[in-house]
Amino acid sequence: MVNDTRPVKLEIRNLNISYGGQAAISGVNLSIREHEIFGIIGPANAGKTSFLKAINRMDMFDRKMRVEGDILFNGQNVREWRNIYALRSRIGVVFPLPVGLPMSVYDNVALSARLRGIKEKAELDLIVERCLTRAALWDEVKDRLDTLGSLLSGGQQQRLTIARALSQEPELLMLDEFSIAVDPVTTMRIEDVLKELKSEMTIILVTNLVQQARRLADRTAFFLDGECVEIAQTEALFTGQASDPRTQDYVEGRFG
Amino acid sequence: MSHNHAIDRRNLDWYIDKAVQVLVFIGGISAVVFIVGIFLFITKEGIGFLINTLDLQEFFGSPYWEPSDEDAPEYGILALMAGTASVTGLAMLIAIPFSLGSAIYVAEFATGKTREWLKILIELLAAIPSVVWGFIGLTIMNPLIIELFDVPVGLTVLNAGIILGLMAAPIMTSIAEDALKAVPDRYREAAEALGATRWQIIFKTVLPAAKNGLLGAVLLGVGRGFGETMAVLMATGHAVNIPGSVFDSVRALTATIAAELGETAVGSDHYQVLFTIGLFLFLITFLINLTADLIVRGIRNS
Repeated sequence: MVNDTRPVKLEIRNLNISYGGQAAISGVNLSIREHEIFGIIGPANAGKTSFLKAINRMDMFDRKMRVEGDILFNGQNVREWRNIYALRSRIGVVFPLPVGLPMSVYDNVALSARLRGIKEKAELDLIVERCLTRAALWDEVKDRLDTLGSLLSGGQQQRLTIARALSQEPELLMLDEFSIAVDPVTTMRIEDVLKELKSEMTIILVTNLVQQARRLADRTAFFLDGECVEIAQTEALFTGQASDPRTQDYVEGRFG
Repeated sequence: MSHNHAIDRRNLDWYIDKAVQVLVFIGGISAVVFIVGIFLFITKEGIGFLINTLDLQEFFGSPYWEPSDEDAPEYGILALMAGTASVTGLAMLIAIPFSLGSAIYVAEFATGKTREWLKILIELLAAIPSVVWGFIGLTIMNPLIIELFDVPVGLTVLNAGIILGLMAAPIMTSIAEDALKAVPDRYREAAEALGATRWQIIFKTVLPAAKNGLLGAVLLGVGRGFGETMAVLMATGHAVNIPGSVFDSVRALTATIAAELGETAVGSDHYQVLFTIGLFLFLITFLINLTADLIVRGIRNS
């Protein structure tokens, strides 16, 4: 297997997440390798979003959320990272609904760089142009970089969100059902972008579209009711080689 | 044919619907009717002075306010304007940081019980009658200022400014907090995911997103400061004076009307000039609101 030679980027050991006693994720073990697109599929309430939140410690402000187990990012347990801001700045997140922050398109993409202390205009210009180009948005907005990000169309805002995540120069990019509010054409464009990004970063793709996982993911995990039912080579799942009948049913659209 | 009849008949629901429409309409236009009515009333009472006696240059340019002098009454409101402006200005210097600070704390940091209690206390603070604040100015602040700063009088710009600032802060806090709460959580989450610290989230995302509401809160405070009468009457020392420092006594436009209107003969020049001041206050308030509106709209359009 070619995959096995790549170093492990993220390792999850016995992860449990609960909200006020209600389990959202129970006993998940998996490891994701560098430069892999790791797909996660599963119906609503499978715990997919909670899983992502735990990785970049977004549980910090959510008092009800309890996380147990080990999450090793580059071999280091994220629950022991003192500076979670530094952790988060290395992990890009794209949410289901696009979030164009109420500032100009330029400022949206420059925000992360500015948070890191980059002030020089020329450098910021470069970052903004590069990230917008890579998110396949540059041509559409290059003449109106000073319009409010929140005024772009849904599909544009989602690409803006991706450009903003890329401006962090993340090692790990997590996408949470990014295509929910995006038209099919834009979705395909973003998918092409992701295929290219794979050479530079590790990607976790949580998706509600099983075919999207098939198109993009190297390996895919099937989550159901907080459990990781199965992890396999994506092609295997879609060619009738799923080892669990529930996975088989789900990818064939028999439930969920 | 009978079912066509049913369509044509006006039933109870139809009448209730119409009645509610009319009631809501009356409610809606009553604000306009009242504002125009007040404007007309004030103008009518002051119109004689406006036309016959008013000397604009004296009115706005002279610091001498001696309307009850029988031989040579003087109607200069420069000192009164200076009084109102200095007290309001100082009050805003105090109230803006206080109210924004507490709004940020309540909206962004406080949780659960703390938050609920703070909100209740702030609303309670906003409900204290202005005469009580004036009383505090008179009996607590006055000796305190004399003692602390070793000055002869404690009823000064400083006293009234602090009192007015504390008075305006709670309501400004309430409005500012609403503005911050109206910022969607997904903005905070997005900034959080970028690795922003709590302060960075607030300063780079939440405050810019809420700036319209925050500006509204500040302007409401300014309007409150301009219009406040009782507390200012009690705490300023009520002396016609262009203040040279915060330790000078002043007199405010509103306090002048309140203190003198009862002693004037209806229809006299003095009576009418007070209404002219009222008209002036009315126009200033109108201008403040208009500016606020234009600024907010300008922000929205850009």
